[in-house]
Parts: sequence; C-alpha cells; structure tokens
Amino acid sequence: MKTWVRNAVFVVTLLLVLGGVAGRFVRRDRFVAPEPVRDPGHAESSVRSSARRVDEAFAAEWTRSRVTPVPLASDLTWARRLSLALTGTVPSVEEIRAFEQVNPALRTEWWVSHLLQDRRFSDYFAERLARIAVGVEGGPFIVYRRHRLVTWLSEQIHRNRPYDAIVRDLLTAEGLWTSRPQANFVTVTVDQNNEGEGPDEQKLAARVSRAFLGLRIDCVQCHDDMFGGSWKQRDFHQLAAFFACAEMSLTGVRDNEAKPYEYRYLKQKEKERVTPRVPFNAGLLPAEGPLRHRLATWVTHRDNRAFARTLVNRTWALLFNRPLHKPIDEIPLEGPFHPAMEALVEDVVASGFDLQRLIRVIAATEVFRRDSRNTDPEHPVTPEQEQHFASFPLTRLRPDQVAGAILQSASLRTIDADSPVLVRVIRHLQQNDFVKRFGDIGEDEFDGFSGTIPQRLVMMNGELVRERTKEDLLMNAATRIAAVAPDEDVAVETAYLAVLTRRPTPAEKAHFVDRLRDASGEDGKRLHRMGDLYWTLMNSTEFSWNH
Amino acid sequence: MEPLIHLPGGDGACRSAGHVSRRTLLRWGASAGLAWLTPVARMLAREAEAAPRGKPARSVIVLWMAGGPSQLESFDPHPGSAIAHGAKAIPTSQRGVQIGEALPQVAGLLSDMTLIRSVVSKEADHERAVYNMKTGYRPNPTVVHPSVGAVVCHEGEDPGMDIPRHISILPDQWPARGGYFGAEYDAFQVQDPQGPIQDVSTQVPEARREQRISDLSVVESAFARGRLPDLDRKATLHQLTMQRALNLMGSEQLAAFDVKQAPASQRAAYGDTPFGRGCLAALRLVEKGVRCVEVTLDGWDTHVNNHELQRKKLAVLDPAFAALIRDLKERGLFESTIVLCGGEFGRTPKLNPFEGRDHWPYGFTVAMAGGGIRRGHVHGATDPEGESREPKDPVRVQDLHATLLHAMGINPDKEIRTPVGRPLALSDGVVIDGLLRG
Repeated sequence: MKTWVRNAVFVVTLLLVLGGVAGRFVRRDRFVAPEPVRDPGHAESSVRSSARRVDEAFAAEWTRSRVTPVPLASDLTWARRLSLALTGTVPSVEEIRAFEQVNPALRTEWWVSHLLQDRRFSDYFAERLARIAVGVEGGPFIVYRRHRLVTWLSEQIHRNRPYDAIVRDLLTAEGLWTSRPQANFVTVTVDQNNEGEGPDEQKLAARVSRAFLGLRIDCVQCHDDMFGGSWKQRDFHQLAAFFACAEMSLTGVRDNEAKPYEYRYLKQKEKERVTPRVPFNAGLLPAEGPLRHRLATWVTHRDNRAFARTLVNRTWALLFNRPLHKPIDEIPLEGPFHPAMEALVEDVVASGFDLQRLIRVIAATEVFRRDSRNTDPEHPVTPEQEQHFASFPLTRLRPDQVAGAILQSASLRTIDADSPVLVRVIRHLQQNDFVKRFGDIGEDEFDGFSGTIPQRLVMMNGELVRERTKEDLLMNAATRIAAVAPDEDVAVETAYLAVLTRRPTPAEKAHFVDRLRDASGEDGKRLHRMGDLYWTLMNSTEFSWNH
Repeated sequence: MEPLIHLPGGDGACRSAGHVSRRTLLRWGASAGLAWLTPVARMLAREAEAAPRGKPARSVIVLWMAGGPSQLESFDPHPGSAIAHGAKAIPTSQRGVQIGEALPQVAGLLSDMTLIRSVVSKEADHERAVYNMKTGYRPNPTVVHPSVGAVVCHEGEDPGMDIPRHISILPDQWPARGGYFGAEYDAFQVQDPQGPIQDVSTQVPEARREQRISDLSVVESAFARGRLPDLDRKATLHQLTMQRALNLMGSEQLAAFDVKQAPASQRAAYGDTPFGRGCLAALRLVEKGVRCVEVTLDGWDTHVNNHELQRKKLAVLDPAFAALIRDLKERGLFESTIVLCGGEFGRTPKLNPFEGRDHWPYGFTVAMAGGGIRRGHVHGATDPEGESREPKDPVRVQDLHATLLHAMGINPDKEIRTPVGRPLALSDGVVIDGLLRG
C-alpha cells in the first residue's frame, strides 16, 4: 500500500476512535433524569424514613452486641454494589462519568432510578426469580419453557407490577405454555417421559413452600420431621393436594377440580385421598373458589407474613449477596425475626408489594452504604462487624456477575438494551460459555459457595479474559485506552475505573504509570502493557468479590 | 512429542515441563509475595505406589455409559430367547458365562471381573437416574449429594498432588459433582485428551506472564488494607487458589493427560476414539495418584434402532475397557484401582415399534473389576422372558455405592454434617459381601 494511503487510513481511524471515545466519556444524554413518580417528594421521603427504621434496628443491635460500625463507603463503591446487584455487571466508564456529574446530594436517587429503569435490571432479576420459582433443570423442553417464563417475569418486573400479583399469576395460570408464559411455573414440572402424568404436585408444593413461604416443608415429603421441627408428612401432601386439579390438555394447563390427589403415607398400607389444607394460618384461606386460586390468595395474603418475609429476605440477599436470615428459604414462622426484617416487611406490605420500592428502601439504608473495610488500617474489620452488617459483607461474586463484569469492563460504553444487536448477542454467548466453564451455582445462590482452581484457570488463561484483554481496537477498552488516552495517568485511571470502579491509589498509579512509560516508544508494546494491566486487575481478589 | 504446556524461551536442554516450571513457579511465588505457599516438595511428582494385596483400593475409574446401555446386547444376553431379538452371545473366560458378541476382548478378561446383573433403581428419567447412580442417593430438593469420586477425595488426603484428584473426561451435561462438599470437589472437566487441556496454558510470553502475576501484589495489597488480617487465608482463599492453579499449570504431572506421550502400540490398543484416549488418560492419571476418573461414552439412549446403535457403541467400549484392565494388571495397579462400567439404567427387554429399547431400571448390569472386587463372578440374574421386574438377588444402587466405598476402605455409614445441619451417611446402602473377594 502506498504510504499516503496508509497514513490517511490511520488518521481517519484515529479521528473516528478519538471522537467516539471522547463522546462516550462525556455523553450524558443517554441517561436522563429518572421518570417522575406520582408524588416524588412524598415517595422519596417515605423511602428515607423506612430506610431509617432499618438503620435504627441495626444501630440497636450494634450497641447490644458492642460492635462499632465502620465508616460509610465511597459513592463509587456503593454504585458498584448496586449495579452488580441489580444488573449483574459493574458500571461502565460511561455510566461512572455520568454518575459523577450528578450533584452529590442527588446521586443516590439518580443511580437507583437509572438502574431500575434499565432493561438489564428486569432481565437480571427475572432470571434470579426464575431460579427459585422453577429451578435450573435442563432438558430441551424445560429450557424453552423456562425461557418464556423469564421473558414474562422480566416484563412484569419492568412494569413494576406488584409482586403478589405476579406470584398469584404463576400459581393460577391456565392455558398454553406458549401464549400464557406464566403457566410454565406449572408446566416445567411435567415429566417429559411421562406426559400423561401431568404436572407434579409434589414438586409444585416444594417450590411454593421454598420460593414463596421461606419454608422447607418438602423435607417432610417422605416422613415426619426428624430434626426437631413440628412439620408432619401430612402438611406437605395436603399442600400438594391443591395442585392435583392442574392437568395438561390440548389447550394447555387447565383445572379439573374433580381430580383427586392420592398418597400412601409412611407405614400405611393403602393410598388415601388427601384433602387440600394449608399448613398454617388456615383462617386466611378463602372458603370458596377454584383450588389453585384459593391457595394463591392464601400464599400472597398480606397477613400471611411468611410471604412478605421471604420476599424481603431474598431481595436483601440479592443486594448484599447474603440473606438477612440464613438459610434463605427456612425462616421459622414464629421468629425470632431481625427487627430490620420486620421494618422492611411492614413497608413492603404497606406499599402493596412494590418490589422496586423495596429495593429503593434497602439501597437507601446506611447499612447498604457501609464500607467493607476500616479506613483506619490499624483497626481492620473484624468478623463480628461483618456478621452484624456493621461492615458490608465481603462475598464472592456469582459466576454470572463475574462474566458480566469482564464483558462490561472491556467496553467503555454501557452494554445494555441500546447496544447493537450483535454486541448483545456476542455478550450473551460469551457470558453463557463463561458461566459454563466457571461453574454455575444452581438454585441456591447464597450458600457460601467456594472458589475453585478451574475458576482461577478460566480467569487467567480462559478465552473470555484473553479475548477481552488482547489487542482489538474495535472491541476492547484496553486497546482503545492505550490508543487514545492523552497520557499514562489517564490511561491507568481509566482502566481502574472500567475494571474496579475506583481510582488507583497513589502507589498503584505510580507503579502502573511507570510500567506504561517504560513501554512507550516501541510500537505495540504499550498496547501489551494495557492488556497486561487489564489482565492483572481482572485477576485480583477485588474484581471477583463484592465489597 | 509435543509438551502440553508451551514454555517459550529457555535453552533446549531444559525443555521438560517439570524443570522449567519448578524454576518459574518459584520465581512467580517469590515475586508475587506468595512464596510461603509453594514448598518445593509439593512440586515433586509423587511416586505411584501399588497397594499390597489386602489393602483397600485407593482409586476408582468409572466408565460412564451415558444414556443407559442395553444389558441385553452387552453383559446380560439371553441368546435364543424372544427378548434377545436375534442378538448373539459369545463364551467368556468365565466358565459358563456368556456376554454379547460385540465385546470379544472384554470376554477374554471376564474371569477378572464381577458382573452384577441385577441392579435395580427407581429412577427412569435420565437426569434423576444419573444423579442416583453417581451419588447413590435419589434426588432430593433439600440437599445435593456428592458423587462417589468426591466422597473418595474427601475421605483421602494426597499432599503431593498438583493436578486435580477428581477428573471427568469427556463430560456430558451431568458430570460428577462435589455436592455438599462444595465445588472444590467437583470433577475437573477435560475433553478429548488428543488436544491440550483447556485453560492450563497462558497465551503470552513468559516474561509478560511473570510481570502480570508480580503486578498483582500491588493491587492485592491495596485491597487488603483495613480488612481482616490474613484476609486471603481466612476468608477469600483467592491467592491461595490461584497459586494452586499455577502449580497445576506448571506441574509435570500434567503430562499424564497427554496420551500422545504413550507408545503408539499402546494407543492403538485402546482404539482410535475419544473414549479410548480417555481410558488411556485415566490409566496414566491413576498412575500419578489421581483418586477418581470418570470417562464418559455417550449415545446409549437407543429408543430407535437399538441393535445397530448399541453395536457401534460396544465396538468403542470393547478395546478401551479391555486395554485398561490389561494395563492396570501389567503395571501392578489392578489391586489398588477399581474399575466400574455402567450407565444410569438398562433398556427394556422388549423392542418398541421402532426397534428401539426404552428405559429400564428394573434389572440392569454394572461390571466391576480390580481392588477388592471378586474375580470371575456373576451376581444376580434377570428374567429370560423379560416379564419380571424383580431380578434374582437384586442390588440397589445405594448398595453398589456402599460396597464400592467399603472396598476403598471408607466406612459407608460415616455421617457427614451437611451445610444445612443435617447429618447424612456417606451411603445409606448395605455392603454386599458376595461382591468382594473373600
């Protein structure tokens, strides 16, 4: 190629890239102010007052347990937490720039609203809810049905439909799995090898008790409780009997109230017909109506506090990566309950099971804003502080969050519903492949899972990190930063913001700026050094942990 | 011969993976401030030791026939009966015992094995039955049970191992899991040993790789400030796990995966198939001290055209299984290794209209050999008419597990406190003495 052509191409490319990046660094028009709520001032102050009640509950606990809380975290640390919790990724550099331009007094509210309006939030939360509602079982039929259900859930969450209404739909839906996606809560329990059997009442009862009541009544499926509890085998099967009416027909799931549920209890010779009964709060069960509707009304009744507590505990777990009450799906009916749990339960019941509001309340608490470290390194965080939420619990990111964080930090721009289809498709495929290699943790996402050697291998040598840190001017932030950052200081800082959502400490900055300087001059080497910096940051503890 | 790990640079004399890696690792360790994690002794390959007679077995190789192999064309033929549907059988080295004609090499070694022709389970769905066979428990929403390989690793210690002790070669969608022992007991998954193992080699030159690792300490020390003292050892285990991964990457034990290092004649004996190479890798791994290797052969779910499809699979199984037994014996590993061959269930005695056989958990065969397992024995029998769902001397899946654990010197009744606080026995089956050597 002639020299002048090469030069021209180079200049044009550089201009394009520079323009694009510069635009992205400062562009804010993609993120407009939050949508107005009906009565913004009132809603805002009532969120704050509920958050305060939660904080007071913790303050009392800390005094009682003689634990001193650590100071509050920086805005960016807080923003990273919330982004990981609500979208499964870290904030983009583009988002960070926008966030930092908002008046500090309004930042919190702006960031929560920004995330809640984003389709990434509803998609991500829908997947989390689907895990507990229908599990993660594979099989070609289930995968497709589950997908329909997740899409439906995402739409409901995006519209902020009340959570109790969503659950009632799941429990009562009739119709074809294609046109009525919510019916798939029931249809995924149909054994594909034995379709004539219809939906599995026992699986459904187990799901209902764990996902929506925070109870493990399914432990007494085969025998009465042998571990100190009072549940009887009958409690489980009477609950299952509510689903006996659900059967499969040409028009999908339909109710046949005449269909009985029969079961042979332990030590009995014969099967017997089991009458549908709820295991507690029987007064809340409507006397009339189709069976599944009666059950759904009972499960989601505002006075059935087990339902609200389960919602609060799970939402808390999704924000903190750790439930308020452990185990997440075994909350004793009679308590004792954490006073903060009760404050949130009051709020969510009063709000008519407004999921987005619940998230706003938790995000507005000081507990959620505590640092995970002590600013005074002479007095490092103690396990007691972490246990009482007096410091933000340090938890391992889930595999999907790690994948999300790799993909997002390799792009300066936010990867969201506005991204080109190709970018989103690539992201989806790469994310799935990564999670498969990294190891999916299944349904119970908060069970203190451990890190593994294959995970470290995937991070150090795996395709995703390799692809996303190598030289690639189109796809990779590392290359773009190296190409266009005006100096080494900006380059290092941008990489830190993109990968770790913070600025480097003076020591870190000095170290990596030196490294980049050392490389300048030699063609291509600087690009290598930026890729190396990205690799190092992605392989740090900090990157893989919620803090 | 191509080394598994590509180590650029260095002089020609020092190309052995072990040599370079040890040196490199020490440098990585020291430069990253992780030297305390890397005792040189751990780098040294452990000498394979053959257990003396009478000692419990230390390793297990599971030849996993995914999809459910037909007992009738393999280990439990009823030649001449209606349910054989024309399938033929051949005599074996066990007097009076016949197996399917597609297993001639295995037939010659049957006097070294026990066939359990009466395994029964209550699971006829693939996913549930796989769980049942691999863990010895039926699926239960309250707890996830560990696979047998995870149990064996959990109950034994192997301080000299850099490579994972629990390995799944050619895994399908349900590889062996660590269950309530945690993901660190999951089987390490590798594909066809023909190619390099995924994710164990870096793609940048050594100097850059070292620099990347050493730079980590700058970021790690910034993160550790103000947090738990001993954060890594007490809480995150991040750097510790990373160091173990680095040990693995640099370990000469990795060569065990590389079947290309085996003589051509040995490779040929296993058959030129992914499964054959998987079995050869299993041998080499057990030789290095790996506790459990699962090698999967997929494609037994023959709802259509049963005879032909089973025959194809048996042709892959026969040389690999036979070569594995022969090599284990030849290397003095047969006494310390148990080989188990089976799938999640058997197949229906009667052909369906598509000449296929469907799922049948009411009497199917598992073949076992080595360790303390009885030689030249057939346990149980199925109905030659294919009517009965109750075979003679039935062996429940959990009994199979209890017996296997017992033969490995592990008490199946040992109770483990699971994360949900509930104590569970390693196996709730009973040990079947008839399957063990007297």
